[in-house]
Amino acid sequence: MACIEVRGLRKAFGTTIAVDGIDLRVEEGRILGLIGPNGAGKTTALNAILGLISYQGELRVLGRDPWTEREKLMRDACFIADVAVLPRWMRVWQALDYFAGVHPRFDRAKAEGFLAKTTIGRASKVRELSKGMVAQLHLALVMAIDAKLLVLDEPTLGLDILYRKQFYDSLLNDYFDRSRTIVVTTHQVEEIQDVLTDVMFINRGRIVFVCSMEEFESRYLEVMVNPEQIAAARALKPIHERQVFGRSILLFDRVERQQLAALGDVRTPSIADLFVAMLSNQSGAAQGGAR
Amino acid sequence: MSTPSNTVPGSPLESQVTAPAVITASRRMYWSVRRELWEYRSIYIAPLAVAAIFLLAFLIGLTISPKHRHEPLDGPYEFAAAMIMGTGFIVGIFYSLDALYGERRDRSILFWKSLPVSDLTTVLSKFAIPLVILPLLSFAITVVTQFVMMLLSSAVLLGSGLSAGTLGARMSFFHMSLMLLYHILTVHGLWYAPIYGWLLLVSAWAPRAPFIWAFLPPFVIWGVEKIAFRTSHFLAMLQYRLVGPEPSTPARSGNLMEVISGLTPAQFFSTPGLWIGLAVAAIFLAAAVRLRRYREPI
Repeated sequence: MACIEVRGLRKAFGTTIAVDGIDLRVEEGRILGLIGPNGAGKTTALNAILGLISYQGELRVLGRDPWTEREKLMRDACFIADVAVLPRWMRVWQALDYFAGVHPRFDRAKAEGFLAKTTIGRASKVRELSKGMVAQLHLALVMAIDAKLLVLDEPTLGLDILYRKQFYDSLLNDYFDRSRTIVVTTHQVEEIQDVLTDVMFINRGRIVFVCSMEEFESRYLEVMVNPEQIAAARALKPIHERQVFGRSILLFDRVERQQLAALGDVRTPSIADLFVAMLSNQSGAAQGGAR
Repeated sequence: MSTPSNTVPGSPLESQVTAPAVITASRRMYWSVRRELWEYRSIYIAPLAVAAIFLLAFLIGLTISPKHRHEPLDGPYEFAAAMIMGTGFIVGIFYSLDALYGERRDRSILFWKSLPVSDLTTVLSKFAIPLVILPLLSFAITVVTQFVMMLLSSAVLLGSGLSAGTLGARMSFFHMSLMLLYHILTVHGLWYAPIYGWLLLVSAWAPRAPFIWAFLPPFVIWGVEKIAFRTSHFLAMLQYRLVGPEPSTPARSGNLMEVISGLTPAQFFSTPGLWIGLAVAAIFLAAAVRLRRYREPI
């Protein structure tokens, strides 16, 4: 059974179409990164997947219909939206009590253990905590839930680099065990590149690119081309070209590494580079990228 | 784009099975109500503060104007009950208006909805506050306040050489409390249910300013009826709802205890207005539950 199955997902807010027909299938045990510019429809798609907003199309998440079975789905799914949603009046012990009171899969001792590693006081209110501490608190609560699906929507928005790094480190080391599925959106793409097993680009409500990270690494190569060989490099049909310090960096799709090595320094591009390349190519090249 | 193209391949490992704790519906309800008391502390702070201020005023009155001692002592007791219950009613109104609006305004609705608590449980727990929790709290605080008042005046009476026994003769404390409990549960709980239901519905729906949306429509209906039909049935209906099922009794004059005891349980529960009101409250609540499912943060 797939963890998430989406067919023809659409959502419009008034005349604005936020999600315009998404088809998607995420199997168990994957960490999928959903990358897209602001307003691409990432948050809308995630909210629909969790049954938080109404939508058109077919959705099955952990075998359930999220819209009609949100309550049951949330026993097995967790959600962290950006840090602003933890209620500001809540005290840390109240959050622990409440989770233990309503969530069948919440392990209070585990949450206390995670919190013990932080400087968060039990009697503090959420509004008294720094942004980074709120994220730590939410993560501690969520990681103490034995869930099958974790959805993170910009979980590290507004956090400094130390908190961001710590966030993903604890997620990978203390939580992820390949039987869980994680879907994450973020703007700090480069920081989660090593975390992901799959990446998906979304733009203007449509999926423009999907691929596993193994495939990504074998398929895409970036070459800092020696100036005298630029014409030869361009002949190999790069999908994108950019200038850094007066030198051209060309991005290739499915071109042999040996062939490129002759032209300059070859390396695996970052997801961010590929993302920029694909979105700036308004031609069909970007669309064709999706296998 | 075809479906298979977006497939993310599966992992070979099976998910581990962990036996989840059993959470009963009543336990979810209990924690949902606790949650409300955490967030809206005015639910108990406001009536407590009113009681404290009233007791202070009562004490001042006892010490500086001793001639009041010889007047009937029911007056201040009823006044204390009316003030605390009135506070409970006002808190209930403001609470109900904010209950489903506040969570959308501060976006915490996304957080609450990410937990395995249904919209029905949430709305019912919020309805339970003005329907059950506030009346019971007001009752408990009133009884304690009246008891303290009785102790205080007994002390003063004893100090002035009069027998404290005259106090209990007017109306037994226990009887008075029982009447009050009856009144508070029937009128403040059941009879006002459609009022709280309406406020929760507005709270779940209002794009902004729930206060205006709650009070403007009745005002407009009253005005339209007045101009178009030269009648005021709607106003009469609202008055009937606010004053309670007692026929032709002014709300806050006369002996309150007599007003309260004027309606027997048999009469109260056979009043059609009660059942109509409860049915209307149920409709409002069902609409609020449905709306909460559709509403997004604002």
